[in-house]
Amino acid sequence: MTTDVIAAIATGLIPGGIGIVRISGPGAVKVAEKIVSISGIRLSQAKPRHLYYGFVTDGEKRLDEALIAVMRAPHSYTAEDTVELQCHGGPLVLKRVLAAALKAGARLAEPGEFSKRAFLNGRLDLSEAEAVMDLIRAENDFARETALSQLGGSLSAVIRGLRGQILEETAFIEAALDDPEHISLDGYPEMLRPRLLEMTKTVETLISGSENGRRLADGIRTAILGRPNVGKSSLLNALLGEERAIVTPIAGTTRDTIEETLRLGDVVLHLADTAGLRETGDTIEKLGVERAEQKARESELILYVLDGSEALNEVDRDALAGLKDRQCLVLINKSDLPQVLDPQEVERETGVETLRISAKTGEGLDELQKTVERRFLFGEIRQQPLVVTNVRHQALLQETLDALYRVRESLELGLPEDFFSVDLMDAYRSLGLILGEEAEEDLINEIFGKFCLGK
Amino acid sequence: MMKEDVLNQLTECDVAVVGAGHAGCEAALAAARLGMETVMFTVSVDSIAMMPCNPNIGGTSKGHLVRELDALGGEMGKNIDKAFIQSRMLNESKGSAVHSLRAQADKREYTQRMRETLENTPHLVIKQAEAAKILVEDGVCRGIETVSGWKYRAKAVILCTGTYLKACCVYGEVSDPTGPNGLKAATHLSDSLRNCGIELLRFKTGTPARIDGRTVDFSKMTEQKGDDVLVPFSFTNRAEDIEKPQVSCWLTYTTEETHEIIRRNIDRSPLFSGAIKGTGPRYCPSIEDKVVKFPDKERHQLFIEPEGLYTNELYISGMSSSLPEDVQHAMIHTVPGLEHAEIVRNAYAIMYDCLDPRQLRPTLELKAIKGLYSAGQSNGSSGYEEAAAQGIVAGINAALAIKGEEPMILDRSEAYIGVLIDDLTTKENTEPYRMMTSRAEYRLLLRQDNADLRLTPVGRRVGLIGDERWAAFTAKRDAIEREIERVKGVTLGTSEKVQSLLAEYASTPLKSGITMEELIRRPELDYEKLAPVDPERPELPADVREQVNIEIKYEGYIRRQKQQVEHFKKLESRLIPDDIDYSDVGSLRIEAAQKLERFRPHSLGQASRIAGVSPADVAMLNVWLEQKKRENKA
Repeated sequence: MTTDVIAAIATGLIPGGIGIVRISGPGAVKVAEKIVSISGIRLSQAKPRHLYYGFVTDGEKRLDEALIAVMRAPHSYTAEDTVELQCHGGPLVLKRVLAAALKAGARLAEPGEFSKRAFLNGRLDLSEAEAVMDLIRAENDFARETALSQLGGSLSAVIRGLRGQILEETAFIEAALDDPEHISLDGYPEMLRPRLLEMTKTVETLISGSENGRRLADGIRTAILGRPNVGKSSLLNALLGEERAIVTPIAGTTRDTIEETLRLGDVVLHLADTAGLRETGDTIEKLGVERAEQKARESELILYVLDGSEALNEVDRDALAGLKDRQCLVLINKSDLPQVLDPQEVERETGVETLRISAKTGEGLDELQKTVERRFLFGEIRQQPLVVTNVRHQALLQETLDALYRVRESLELGLPEDFFSVDLMDAYRSLGLILGEEAEEDLINEIFGKFCLGK
Repeated sequence: MMKEDVLNQLTECDVAVVGAGHAGCEAALAAARLGMETVMFTVSVDSIAMMPCNPNIGGTSKGHLVRELDALGGEMGKNIDKAFIQSRMLNESKGSAVHSLRAQADKREYTQRMRETLENTPHLVIKQAEAAKILVEDGVCRGIETVSGWKYRAKAVILCTGTYLKACCVYGEVSDPTGPNGLKAATHLSDSLRNCGIELLRFKTGTPARIDGRTVDFSKMTEQKGDDVLVPFSFTNRAEDIEKPQVSCWLTYTTEETHEIIRRNIDRSPLFSGAIKGTGPRYCPSIEDKVVKFPDKERHQLFIEPEGLYTNELYISGMSSSLPEDVQHAMIHTVPGLEHAEIVRNAYAIMYDCLDPRQLRPTLELKAIKGLYSAGQSNGSSGYEEAAAQGIVAGINAALAIKGEEPMILDRSEAYIGVLIDDLTTKENTEPYRMMTSRAEYRLLLRQDNADLRLTPVGRRVGLIGDERWAAFTAKRDAIEREIERVKGVTLGTSEKVQSLLAEYASTPLKSGITMEELIRRPELDYEKLAPVDPERPELPADVREQVNIEIKYEGYIRRQKQQVEHFKKLESRLIPDDIDYSDVGSLRIEAAQKLERFRPHSLGQASRIAGVSPADVAMLNVWLEQKKRENKA
């Protein structure tokens, strides 16, 4: 009754002399054939239950030497066609071998799935049913725990953000499909194109990062925080030398985060301008504030901006108290206006290094650059790589990417919009599984939450 | 003693259907057509198949339901084909999976035609009487008792009580204990159901005001005409069979002033004051809901739709409300074109009892009471089409059960009807459930254009598709298969005729020969466009040509969804025995065991969709089921 091919590291991830990657299911040999090379024969010609010496490869790349055994149904543990790759035991090598098998068309085995199949296929006898169920439960609990511990805060934040974006796009399409008389999709594909590109890039970077340790964004993730209208956007603009963020004298203009990458002397900053911190009743702004706090958590450097012509208040004190253990700089902006704040006093009160600047005149920006460079060079600011280490996470990211590629293909073929959302939801579900969240009614809730539709 | 015997004989039947709305009509027709002696009860014979809210049938995803219903042998599609006064295919510019048919109905015509059909169906009797009690003995339903105490013994009872159970209509400070349109509410049955151990929910829905067409200035609105090319709902009709002059609908908008009036009077709405406790549908929010929830929206669309050719009354789609009468007047008069509109009937909200549908099997029979079925709004759905779709499923399954045949269960991969029933019976429902295309995960397969290909064989198996229709169907199906086969074998060369045709559609010229199939898949081309270079092409009806085009053009996508379906079916086909005791399945987490015990899913697939049941739980359950199976064999 099972039709798909599953794979997993059968010996666990404990370093040892030998580790086995097992591939099982009808077509297991075909999948394995893509990643092994045995001198002189193809894997499908291999004699069952004989050991062959060969290599596991990923495309051109040799991953490991291995002893390879093929077992034909029903003469294997699962009673299905099975290939076992006995590799050198390092966890990293085994993971790479497994990743190659997944790429070749296998699906990562669910906890306890080999044993489950063995039982369902009649390979294990009745008395072992309880043991199989216990195994499923134990392996499931273990997988959940390790998955959670390997999902860092910034990684889950990136995935959560991406997932939110995908849901937003899908909900728009679906709302329009369900209520074409209220919501039009005219011109939508052109709007989706660049946003899809960006989403795809994020996933690609996460995947390639997990392969060779590169970072998500080349640059120190930096957040600009502060109360509304202290000049956060002006600072971003001054650093960029262009009008990227909208600057108005109305408090609360930046309702969302704006991100830019820029070079500041010897270092590269990946800079996020955020909505001002304050208690707010406005829902859109509230979202912005939440994202600002989120950004701060993900950041490696925080620039906290104060208005030099105003005294510190509760919001500032609360925020700065929360940032004590972080890489943070306080910038007293608007040095061109009459000052009520003194850098040394602020530094004393908050315990955070404080500079005086004017985003308007450019005063103090040199000093800011030097300070950031110094901290970086002395290793105070450290970049945390966003590396996905969990095999299940990697497989799910790959599924996400495949789904996004299909959306891109549908876009390029000029297919109608309803084709996009089918694959967008696949991507959404895969990302959700990384976070341990199901899709359930998310889409319907998003549709009704964001769009006014219906008779 | 003798008197009682006579009574019993007079009132013996196979199937009793409680209610004569859209669910009741389909349930009664299906049962009677399958040879069951059927009695249909209604509080008012004049309100059979009444449309108390919007004057149309179909729309996005609902149109799919109607066509599926028709393929199974239902009546709604045929009836609207008789009674429509305007017809449109929505989403025509999008993919064929989301094309949706919608027709405006003449409400009186619709009711009358349905009544004619019912009255002329053998084995079917209509009774005007309120059912007050469900008769249950030892977990088996034995019939019903009317308010007057008359007992009807039945082998199956189908509840199609719509919004009538303890119904109450509300607007402003007014609260009327009636059903829709001032009809008598059913006041006794709720208590009887509770006494049988059935859990009820309290839902709320609403309808907008109707206005007098003579007092409307149409010059300030945008006209919306019907389509020139008609597509019938029923697969038994051809376009030329239903040809007729169509009437228009009209588009206008609310204004800032409308919103201002609503905001000023919001505290007088029973929704906001707390007088209404039920949960309303998010799909048809009241205008006050829209204004409060989307304060940034400057205006909301309103469609002015005729209620029929027999009347001046117009329906204001988009403006359902439960605000007081004076506020309704004031706000309607701020709408361009409606400045002097006379209200004929006020908008109102209606609250009613319905069953928690998770107590139902996918056959729509109650898990706890054999022979008792429930269909339609009484299951917490919304809409005529959702109701009718459940009606036919309940009617068919009641008849099949009496005959001792296999039930008819449609799953999520086979029909929107399957999605509808699976959602209702599996997920927690907190508002009247409306069908939506986004709920159907295999929607590229579940198109309205292939509903007959998917479901006519099912209708045939249960016995609702006659020989003539079956012959026409198989002829169509064979023609499609033959033509797809033929097209796959046609190779086109680089002749000038081909190249110039390609040039006409800005399609890349050919360097060498290519199959017709591949050309059809090019986005800028299709089956029809290639006719000039396909001399061998046989003459085929439009519906056959359409299927050939879609099946070839989207083959890759269709294939991928079919693979997903295969995977889905694996768990779906693992049925869970009725008598399972989940506390025996030792390894399950407590939360999962409790959820499973409470909702008692029909299959492993359904179990996997219950919130709180994880894939690991399902895997363990799977092993356990296999263990029991082997133990029983041994």
